[in-house]
Amino acid sequence: MWLIDSSIGRKVVMSVSGIALILFLTFHASMNVVALFSAEGYNMICEFLGANWYAVVATIGLGALVVVHFVMAFILNYQNRKARGNNAYAVTNKPEQVEWASQNMLVLGIIIILGMLLHLFNFWYNMMFAELAGLAGPFDNPSPSDGYAFIVKTFSNPVYSVIYVLWLIALWFHLTHGFWSAMQTLGVSGKIWFNRWKVIGFVFSTIIILMFLAVVVKFSLFAA
Amino acid sequence: MSTIDSRIPEGPVAEKWTNYKAHQKLVNPKNKLRLDVIVVGTGLAGASAAASLGEMGFNVLNFCIQDSPRRAHSIAAQGGINAAKNYQNDGDSVYRLFYDTVKGGDYRAREANVYRLAEVSNNIIDQCVAQGVPFAREYGGMLANRSFGGAQVSRTFYAKGQTGQQLLLGAYSALSRMVEAKKVKLYTRYEMEDVVIVDGRARGIIAKNLITGKLERFSANAVVIATGGYGNAYFLSTNAMGCNCTAAVQCYRKGAYFANPSYVQIHPTCIPVHGNNQSKLTLMSESLRNDGRIWVPKKLEDAKKLQSGEIQGSDIPEADRDYYLERRYPAFGNLVPRDVASRAAKERCDKGFGVNNTGLAVFLDFSESIQRLGIDEIRARYGNLFDMYEEITDVNPGELAKTVDGVEYYNPMMIYPAIHYTMGGIWVDYELQTSIKGLFAIGECNFSDHGANRLGASALMQGLADGYFVLPYTIQNYLADQTIWPRLSTDLPEFAEAEKNVDEAIDKLMAIKGKRSVDSIHKELGHIMWEHVGMGRTAEGLKEGLELLKKLRKEFETNLFIPGTKEGLNVELDKAIHLRDFITMGELVAYDALSRNESCGGHFREEYQTEEGEAKRDDENYFYVGCWEYQGSDEVAPTLIKEPLHYEAIKVQTRNYKN
Amino acid sequence: MAKNISFTIKYWKQNGPKDKGHFDTHEMKNVPDDTSFLEMLDMLNEELINEGQEPFVFDHDCREGICGMCSLYINGTPHGKTERGATTCQLYMRKFNDGDVITVEPWRSAGFPVIKDCMVDRSAFDKIIQAGGYTSVRTGQPQDANAILIPKQDADEAMDCATCIGCGACVAACKNGSAMLFVSSKVSQLALLPQGRPEAAKRAKAMVARMDELGFGNCTNTRACEAVCPKCESISNIARLNREFIKAKLND
Repeated sequence: MWLIDSSIGRKVVMSVSGIALILFLTFHASMNVVALFSAEGYNMICEFLGANWYAVVATIGLGALVVVHFVMAFILNYQNRKARGNNAYAVTNKPEQVEWASQNMLVLGIIIILGMLLHLFNFWYNMMFAELAGLAGPFDNPSPSDGYAFIVKTFSNPVYSVIYVLWLIALWFHLTHGFWSAMQTLGVSGKIWFNRWKVIGFVFSTIIILMFLAVVVKFSLFAA
Repeated sequence: MSTIDSRIPEGPVAEKWTNYKAHQKLVNPKNKLRLDVIVVGTGLAGASAAASLGEMGFNVLNFCIQDSPRRAHSIAAQGGINAAKNYQNDGDSVYRLFYDTVKGGDYRAREANVYRLAEVSNNIIDQCVAQGVPFAREYGGMLANRSFGGAQVSRTFYAKGQTGQQLLLGAYSALSRMVEAKKVKLYTRYEMEDVVIVDGRARGIIAKNLITGKLERFSANAVVIATGGYGNAYFLSTNAMGCNCTAAVQCYRKGAYFANPSYVQIHPTCIPVHGNNQSKLTLMSESLRNDGRIWVPKKLEDAKKLQSGEIQGSDIPEADRDYYLERRYPAFGNLVPRDVASRAAKERCDKGFGVNNTGLAVFLDFSESIQRLGIDEIRARYGNLFDMYEEITDVNPGELAKTVDGVEYYNPMMIYPAIHYTMGGIWVDYELQTSIKGLFAIGECNFSDHGANRLGASALMQGLADGYFVLPYTIQNYLADQTIWPRLSTDLPEFAEAEKNVDEAIDKLMAIKGKRSVDSIHKELGHIMWEHVGMGRTAEGLKEGLELLKKLRKEFETNLFIPGTKEGLNVELDKAIHLRDFITMGELVAYDALSRNESCGGHFREEYQTEEGEAKRDDENYFYVGCWEYQGSDEVAPTLIKEPLHYEAIKVQTRNYKN
Repeated sequence: MAKNISFTIKYWKQNGPKDKGHFDTHEMKNVPDDTSFLEMLDMLNEELINEGQEPFVFDHDCREGICGMCSLYINGTPHGKTERGATTCQLYMRKFNDGDVITVEPWRSAGFPVIKDCMVDRSAFDKIIQAGGYTSVRTGQPQDANAILIPKQDADEAMDCATCIGCGACVAACKNGSAMLFVSSKVSQLALLPQGRPEAAKRAKAMVARMDELGFGNCTNTRACEAVCPKCESISNIARLNREFIKAKLND
């Protein structure tokens, strides 16, 4: 199977799963923004995405994408380390046009995954999982369908707020490189489109991250 | 004295090659599979020959000294490749290319060979385009051409300033295809140290694995050497550092005649020497002469100021510049052949008009063409050469220095002639076979096509003609008789003997344990060659040179120091082997130059010149190819054998580039 | 006018691929700054030989930036740092200052094992070309060179791709030891020309397969390769290779 056997194939897997995750983030961010304006609206979406069969299927699909993206990243990294050899350069000098993010995608990815685990614990575990497992909130939690309450609760803790901000910054770095890199890998780039993708990627990731940040900022500092 | 048979086919010159191909012997496909051919070298000639022979079905063993066939020095050729396509409708034809080449070679080339070269030149372009060589094109999609020295038509095809690279990569890709098909076995970082002769025929080589230092034996039904020229005998040349003449000299020692060694081409447009540590000279493509104008100051006092660094070239006004090529040769101007341009530069510098601190440089100026065509157009044509020049000298020739009365003065380049190419080489007959049966020589390594001077953009043409279109035919005429031979074992006493000799010679070098490095002796050799056997030669100077070379050989044999051992990689040892053969080669050049009492092409004897300082040929006494036969020892002077030239199609006359 | 500089050179010594290797240092005094970097190393070697030591081994040949033989990692950059693309042999000492410490290392990549000191084995590149870096035409009588017209723009772009000299700086600079810039330049050159189109799919697959087989890494688009390429090859070639490869695989 060329998607696994060839270097370009493996990168295609990374690109496609990455783009799918970007689409998910886009959706997620749009949904979050609703929380800025309306608690009911937000909870309606939560309801819709609760323990319904389509939401569960989508969640499983999403989980699979993350796993594929994550596992492939480790495979690629292992192979690349091997290809690099055991001898490190004594002196290295990073050329200017090499982005910091491009050389640290794995580290950024790991930070993102850790943040995601925390995020799953904060929200998904208490909401969709609780509903599925029939738990009525393990602790003194709000009801699983009251997503808005979870947002308020989480960001009332400044430690979480700081962690979430750092997490989003890591995500921003990861996306600014990941976006154009995916286009490059899929071969839909070139001398002209390279710069266009870079700008589009930069603007797009910035908007998404700002949308996420807005929620964090609002509920940390200006909680109703 | 031996006689020489150049085996030129019968018939009028235009039909010889066709007739030859129609009547030569061929090898049937089954038998091809049983025949092995060794090709030494992977430049244009070697790679194209190895690929073509492999495609035909022969088993090819291909050797190169570098880490990859793509490194061969053909890659450095900049300007272009000639062909008689007449795409420009400027009156070109096979005959005209043939005529220009013979005339450019000062009537010292073999007519039949040159005609064949001109004939196959068109096939080369077709072949290379089919391989995906990205030649420059016009907006309509047709191939573009430019003009080059020694011709009045535009027949030079080019790929930016990297034509040699693109052609070599084309040949390399064809070769790679055959390696993948297992028809060519590639031996990289191997150096041929000797040719093995069995029953009077070349039947193999001894090669040194440069990584392990071990000598290895290879047998075959024929041996082809494509190992380039001997320009590095002058130490400073435009050749690559690794270029050497060891394979050729070894063939000469085994009995192959060495022809016309004194015909050494000095290229007029190189960056001048800057200091004692310099290791090589960099060529600025001849194509620069299309738009660049060569000049020195008219007034001696201006030259003095330039030499002391008081003024720059751009400080000298138009009226005080002497465009000496345009002055002396109005018809060809800056596009006279290389030998003429080089000598004219030397003449000016000898008279004191040199323009740099050493007094050994002239200007090449783009001011006029930049004003006419604009800097963008000039940069499109020569941008990479300008960059290269700036990288080396820190001067940008496209930079405006000053404007006086509306005339723009740009920084001129400085250039000076340097050793570039060797027209002389192993003697071959019409079939490219040397005087040793079964041993063939192709490309710069042989002597055959350029006479006493090579025109620009003809080296690539010759290398590829030999490799793609000539040798693959003519070698069959020889191999057809070889099918009765079984594959030779490399255990034969001839192989053992040859290997032993090489090994002993290496031991001898290792045992000298003197004080001097190879390079220091090589520099001294270069100095002797340039001073005594260089651009302007005299009988007296040559004799003195020969004496100095003898002394230098003594010094080499007694005072050389090679660190390390012969086992494993030993760069100094390899260089020492090359130097040993460069000294022999240097003597050969001097002997030939001394015996040729005339001036022609790249060989200029100061005693033989017209009142205007032009070369004076002596067709009555020197209308021959001078072939040198080894006499059993480097200490003994070689013997001259003459191959008389016969011209049928062209009337021999004095070269005239004036009108 | 040239001025003289003095500096310390720290150069890598390694006796074969198995050896661990180490740095040696040498003080260079009064080197004219119009000397090329390799000529400076010639001077170093002359001094070493005069002291009875073995010279420092490195690959070099044409010394005019075209053969691709020279391959030194100088102060953390393949071929040393210059404003425009240049090979080691085109680096001049005027780029350095009095009192500098100049560190010279070999290309370090599993694909390029060290032979000795800074001389590495790049035969893997030949093997990749052998897998398909050509058009399958036989020597003989192809059609006239002008029979297929090629737009100037395509020919020029193919030429830009074809200028790759196979030096390996791209692999040396890549944190993944990937050879994608090298492979993509050859694939691009031939993909852009009508003569190369018939085999374009086969070529892309074969060359990538060989590259993977030889253990080169996966490209993660860090652009370090194009930053150090002495011939300024662009990563748009890599995009083209990806496109050709994916298209070929989807058509299988």
